[in-house]
Amino acid sequence: MGDVPDPPHALLEAVKLTKRFGSLVANDHVSLAIRAGETHALLGENGAGKSTLVKMMCGLLQADSGELLYDGAPIVFPDPASSRAKGVGVVFQHFALFDALSVVENVALGLPGHQKLAVLAARIDDCVRRYGLSVEPYRRVGELSVGERQRVEIVRCLLGDPRVLILDEPTSVLTPDESENLFRTVDLLTDEGRAVLFISHKLDEVRRLCHRATVLRGGKFIAEVDPKQESSASLARLMVGADVPRTPRVAAHALGEPRLLVRQLSVAGDGSRGSALHDINIEVRAGEIVGIAGVAGNGQTTLFNVLSGETRVADHESIVIDKVAAGGLGPTERRALRAGFVPEERLGHAAAPDMRLSDNVLLTTHGDGEIVRRGVIHRSVLFARFQKIVKGFDVRFGGKDPKARRLSGGNLQKFVIGREVLRDPVLIVVDQPTWGVDASAAAFIRTTLRERAAQGCAVLVVSQDLDELLEFADRVGVMCEGRLTAPVPVAETSREAIGLAMGGSHGAHAAGGEGEHAA
Amino acid sequence: MPLRLERLENVSPLRHAMAPVVAALVTLVVGAVMFVALGHDPVHAFTIYFIEPLGDAYTLQELVVKASPLLLIGIGLSFCYRANRWNIGAEGQYVAGAVLGSWLALATHGTEAGPWVLPAMLVLGAVGGALWGLIPAFLRVRFGASEILTSLMLVYVAQLGLDYLVRGPWRDPAGFNFPQSVTFDDVALMPLLMEDGRLHGGIVIALLAVIAATFVLGRTLVGFSIELAGSAPRAAAFAGFDEKRVTYGVFAVSGALAGLAGIIEVAGPIGQLQPSISPGYGFTAIIAAMLGRLHPVGILVASLVLALTYIGGEAAQITMRLPFDVTRVFQGTLLIAILAADILVRYRIRRVEGTTHA
Repeated sequence: MGDVPDPPHALLEAVKLTKRFGSLVANDHVSLAIRAGETHALLGENGAGKSTLVKMMCGLLQADSGELLYDGAPIVFPDPASSRAKGVGVVFQHFALFDALSVVENVALGLPGHQKLAVLAARIDDCVRRYGLSVEPYRRVGELSVGERQRVEIVRCLLGDPRVLILDEPTSVLTPDESENLFRTVDLLTDEGRAVLFISHKLDEVRRLCHRATVLRGGKFIAEVDPKQESSASLARLMVGADVPRTPRVAAHALGEPRLLVRQLSVAGDGSRGSALHDINIEVRAGEIVGIAGVAGNGQTTLFNVLSGETRVADHESIVIDKVAAGGLGPTERRALRAGFVPEERLGHAAAPDMRLSDNVLLTTHGDGEIVRRGVIHRSVLFARFQKIVKGFDVRFGGKDPKARRLSGGNLQKFVIGREVLRDPVLIVVDQPTWGVDASAAAFIRTTLRERAAQGCAVLVVSQDLDELLEFADRVGVMCEGRLTAPVPVAETSREAIGLAMGGSHGAHAAGGEGEHAA
Repeated sequence: MPLRLERLENVSPLRHAMAPVVAALVTLVVGAVMFVALGHDPVHAFTIYFIEPLGDAYTLQELVVKASPLLLIGIGLSFCYRANRWNIGAEGQYVAGAVLGSWLALATHGTEAGPWVLPAMLVLGAVGGALWGLIPAFLRVRFGASEILTSLMLVYVAQLGLDYLVRGPWRDPAGFNFPQSVTFDDVALMPLLMEDGRLHGGIVIALLAVIAATFVLGRTLVGFSIELAGSAPRAAAFAGFDEKRVTYGVFAVSGALAGLAGIIEVAGPIGQLQPSISPGYGFTAIIAAMLGRLHPVGILVASLVLALTYIGGEAAQITMRLPFDVTRVFQGTLLIAILAADILVRYRIRRVEGTTHA
């Protein structure tokens, strides 16, 4: 399908790679060529096989069949170190940095051999200037924002002078502004003749930034296209294999009682960055979705823990759930008030990775009086509920009842959301509902939450995905350094105003939101 | 060329079930090498150790008698280990239970006290063990102290305390200065199951514990919260299970069952308090718990296997003049083998080439 004449030669090429995990074919004869001087997008839903392909291309996994070509010659990477030695650098979605160490120490740990820290710091400065990355070598990583940490990872990669740079969902943790800066860096890199593989499912970005895009679906190669010639809708169609519905805007309906009232909530920090909360005020009424935007690490996790009851607050009146002062109640007691919570981290927080999926149903339903009665677990009731979640929320997995760890991110998220929704709550608090979730699952989750709201549930959504909040929330507030701006109706604010507030310009957002406090 | 452990994603249940079997085989191989090194015919040694005890009614009874404290303690430990709390001090909780239970036996000695004495002793034994077990739990919850160290150190405190009591205040005045208490009255002794034999009522208690623990761990919310706290602590907090309560709970259960085993042993086969009331049951039960996959029925089987090493060890002491330490070596090898097998079932070893990390 390469309709561009005379493409530059491929630096790294996967030819018909196949990888099986048991009965699942994660990659089925997938081919992909990353060319010098180009930014190549890898598109696909969660579970489409993107990570498997990337892992095979950098030596983390070995292909069952097919081959890798490096500069046109066959090559085998037995481990990531050997691919790094050949100039293939990867920046993963989850950073591997030590909080307690400085930037330069972290970089030193990732490089082979010994090097004086001062020399290395000079090299970092040099690299930072060349690519406009803005990283200070002697700052402690623990003090850095997520965007800064990502730049540290990129610098670490670039010091190895890679010819191929693989970025795994790089913009999912960035503010719009930070994303722009990243795009500029990527352009500089490709101008030098390096090749960049850009993994994303934000189609607008891909269309702007990338020269070519390879689309995977269900482990199979679907197409290689020129994203600039495509529309977001046509790319989405290739990814999903069908039209992706946008979350239907439900016609305005009357709002009911306030289900969640947070008043002057302050929580002392434990010393690490962005964990404290200062004077938070939120009101979520039955029938509405309130969104909280903001870059990760600005107090959202603390806020979630305080709302779910994992952390209790001294002032019991500062959190009111359905007219009951709940600040001193634990998670089970708050669920008894018919509140439901979905944490950001699926594995290890929302679900126990090594327990069966059916057992994971118990995590939030054990206090509801149906599945567990007088302390005894009724397996048949539990399994019936499990089946209901799986069927009603289209949770797909191999086997009958696998461990939670074995599910893809999107399917586990559908399970976790379904587990709460079927409890029929009057309040749902969701942290990052669609983080790392594929487009169709994300659309499904948003639609589900929208429907719940229409049926009279109050929904509070914390998300870093601004587009998501603008698409389906009624009101949006911004969290920055532990403070929350007063949520304003989506129709009365703009992407730019929120983006500025995310970067800490309180004034700009307040200007856009004036007069809405009466809501 | 460094080696690295890599987690395997799909581990079949069969592989998991086979781990203890492989561990037992490895232990036998190591044992054979040891016997050859000591100048004994391994086949002959194994026959004395593991085959002969099974052929005679008296030793079979003895096997069950020795397995029952391992079973009780092991079941208690499985509560702790499922919750990822490492109670290494069951031996001390066993002694503490034996001491507190025996206090009543000695206090009522020579009086007209009725048949309530033994049940009350059992309750006191469980309470004593539980209280001793709650000390490391408290230190962990309150100060973050490692329960592995504190529970282990408390073993020696308990043992030396017992030593002091039987040499001092609780010594039998008519005992020719031997460090032992008076022999308990009949109302303070475990009843025998059969007229002539060694099987006592404690065995029934141990079997009841198997049934109760299987139900609690497998079917109740308490069992689920223990499992969850061990498997994913943050998810447990999210589910609303209090970490501190789990810690106190599993240590209390574990200590109580160890203490119960202690008082049963003193009121049963031993019949009086003396400086040594255990051939290391509290430590061997750790192996029983691990070998039994932390499942009560598995621990029942594992306890019988480990009891066999005790019996075989005694036989080998007599007929082959092998020291009792050989039994300890067997038990230790088995523990290491089972821990290694557990890791190797879930991970694979891979050689890492070409990395030049200093």
